[in-house]
Amino acid sequence: MAVVKLQRPKLNAGEKIYFGAILKGFFITMSHAVRSLLGKTTGAKDLASSGLGVTMQFPEQRWDNQLPEYYRGAPTLVIDEQGRERCVSCQLCEFICPPKAIRITPSEIPTDDKWAKVEKRPIEFDIDMIRCIYCGMCEEVCPEQAIFLRKDYLVTGHTRAEMVHDKKKLYEIGGIRTGLVNKWNELK
Amino acid sequence: MSDTPSATAELTLPKDLAAEKGMVNVQIDGVWHQFPKGMRMIEACRSAGTIVPHYCYHPKLSAPGNCRMCLVQMGMPPRPAPGQEPKRDEYGYEPIGWMPRAVIACANTISENMGIRTTGELVEKCREGTMEFLLINHPLDCPICDQAGECRLQEHSVEHGRGASRFVDIKVKKPKNVDIGPRIRLDNERCILCSRCIRFMDEVAGDPVLGFTQRGTHTTLTVHPDRLLDSNYSLNTADICPVGALTSNDFRFQMRVWFLKETPTIDVNCGTGTNITVWTRNNTIHRITPRQNDAVNSCWMPDSHRLNFHYIDGEARFNQPLVKNGVLHDPIEWSDALNRAAEKLKPLAPGQIAILASGRMTNEELHLTRKLAETLGTSLVSLVPRFAECDGMLIAADRNPNTTGAKLVLGTEDPFAKLDAIRDGVRDGSIKALLVFGEDIITDAGFHFSDLAKLDYLLQTHILANPTALASHLVLPGAAFAEKRGSMVNLTGRIQRLNRAIEPPDQARDDWEILRDIIATVSGEKSDLHAIEDVFKSLAGSISALEGLTLSKIGHQGLSVTETGYQVPLLEKERQRKL
Repeated sequence: MAVVKLQRPKLNAGEKIYFGAILKGFFITMSHAVRSLLGKTTGAKDLASSGLGVTMQFPEQRWDNQLPEYYRGAPTLVIDEQGRERCVSCQLCEFICPPKAIRITPSEIPTDDKWAKVEKRPIEFDIDMIRCIYCGMCEEVCPEQAIFLRKDYLVTGHTRAEMVHDKKKLYEIGGIRTGLVNKWNELK
Repeated sequence: MSDTPSATAELTLPKDLAAEKGMVNVQIDGVWHQFPKGMRMIEACRSAGTIVPHYCYHPKLSAPGNCRMCLVQMGMPPRPAPGQEPKRDEYGYEPIGWMPRAVIACANTISENMGIRTTGELVEKCREGTMEFLLINHPLDCPICDQAGECRLQEHSVEHGRGASRFVDIKVKKPKNVDIGPRIRLDNERCILCSRCIRFMDEVAGDPVLGFTQRGTHTTLTVHPDRLLDSNYSLNTADICPVGALTSNDFRFQMRVWFLKETPTIDVNCGTGTNITVWTRNNTIHRITPRQNDAVNSCWMPDSHRLNFHYIDGEARFNQPLVKNGVLHDPIEWSDALNRAAEKLKPLAPGQIAILASGRMTNEELHLTRKLAETLGTSLVSLVPRFAECDGMLIAADRNPNTTGAKLVLGTEDPFAKLDAIRDGVRDGSIKALLVFGEDIITDAGFHFSDLAKLDYLLQTHILANPTALASHLVLPGAAFAEKRGSMVNLTGRIQRLNRAIEPPDQARDDWEILRDIIATVSGEKSDLHAIEDVFKSLAGSISALEGLTLSKIGHQGLSVTETGYQVPLLEKERQRKL
């Protein structure tokens, strides 16, 4: 391959001391500052800003209603419209989870339960949110449409134990989800 | 006529060469093999390295050929017209005339010059068709089914299934979650009607309580109305069930099988030494299944032995050395414990010390027990006998797993001989110190609490809390059978290997290490035994039957090292069935 030799551009005396460029930048910055104080910043409305430039004043202001449908936040467990907990503890999410954040203890549904025919459900379901990488593989692998990544992104805690979401917490965040396939229902 | 060239040439034909050895020539997927006459086609294919997918066929059971999964294409040489010589190729094989329809490989036997095709369009179509029919009424239970992960239906549907169902009607409903026995759960919707369980209960367990009722797609597996599936071999039906129709109550919803680590080892509940696989996850045993060994247990094991592992992570487990302080015991460091034991033992005369070892100890541990006895100078060493009734199948009357090994290692024909002498010695006070390894002598050896109170010093190694421990001055925590390595010799004289599936809890130690450390502390000499292999080497050097052996040479199937004349009753029955 041929070698192409490039010549550095020749700078004149004004460019060499670059004071003019600094001054130019200062005027651009100042013009933006003035525009933002007058409330005329480009795109401020689309980005739901605080009104002062495009900056959002987190946590007083939130992105929440700006999040796209496919946003992957905290994984949660859901209950369907019939009030049945969807998870049957097949442990596929535990198996697929790349950082091994999920731990499930399976158990049997007692025979007097309304959903006894499903036979199996988790007695414990822990997701360690320190480990979770929000990859969404658990949602993808779930054969029962039981685990979904919701838009919750503010997962905080004071201790490591607090950062482990247990079954109760997971159902609390997950809530009720409608429009799922109810394969356990009797036909007709 | 006889000296014509053709007559001499015929003698070297492959069919004659094979017939001399009682074999026949079979072409499998284009390659010629020789197999013994009368072998099943499916077994011939397996020997040739091709596993034909199947459900109902099991090598240890009769072959009814009802699942139709093992269909293969078969061909035989065309029959020559009268007076016509059969054509032969350059190697002397006759050309194969392929049959236009498939045959089942499990119930047909091979014959001379037969051809088998395990692949090809016809065979693939047959398998796909069979799979589609089997899946028509199969429920979508995989997420809750214990068989998932080791289910033949899952495995074969990946290879031969359609992916999506064409069935538009409503699936046939059958009873689910049926309680048919104390240890087995039946799900009829999952059943593919292979009848393996029925044949097992009839042919092997000798308790034919299972059978089919109804007809067609409504065929249902049922237990006899007045009976339960309560045979002590019932859990084997869950093992051989190719789908999740029969599952174990004990393992029900415990853990998915793909998480479990398999460790091949042996059972220690009786002298048969059944070969087993221990399935563990996170240092917990979840289940035990039999492992095939045609010289020991075939493919089976009794339920009572299979389920006897829950004590290992139970509440009663010792996890640190305990020293007696008044009535109760206090925890103590290992080094202190061993030093205190040595202090107590050293001043005593050899005749004042006795050792009670266990038939549940491995050869290596027994070897070190003998060394300890030599170090202490005592000849009072005995095992605790443990005899009960033989069930005429796999459970031997001798419930000690290593009696034969003890005879070899201790060099005595009756390793239990001195038990009475030791008991008398303890009672009359001539024995001052008793070392008990792995036995609860109050429960199993006829000692009383008052006898043990007469002793100056009682040391026990055990894994579980027991009455003898209460009387002991020092209790050392040992390792359970799944936590140690070593070898045992079963009643037929076969040396087999124990492998470590899980780690001992907390401060509990491998028993051979405890024995080594006691010897080292008492004698004051540093031991040169660092690994179990070193112990086995020392053991093999002192016993002619084990000469040249190492732990790794024993292998997973064991080796016969001595003749005892003992026959496993179940294997004898199996041989009789084949005749």
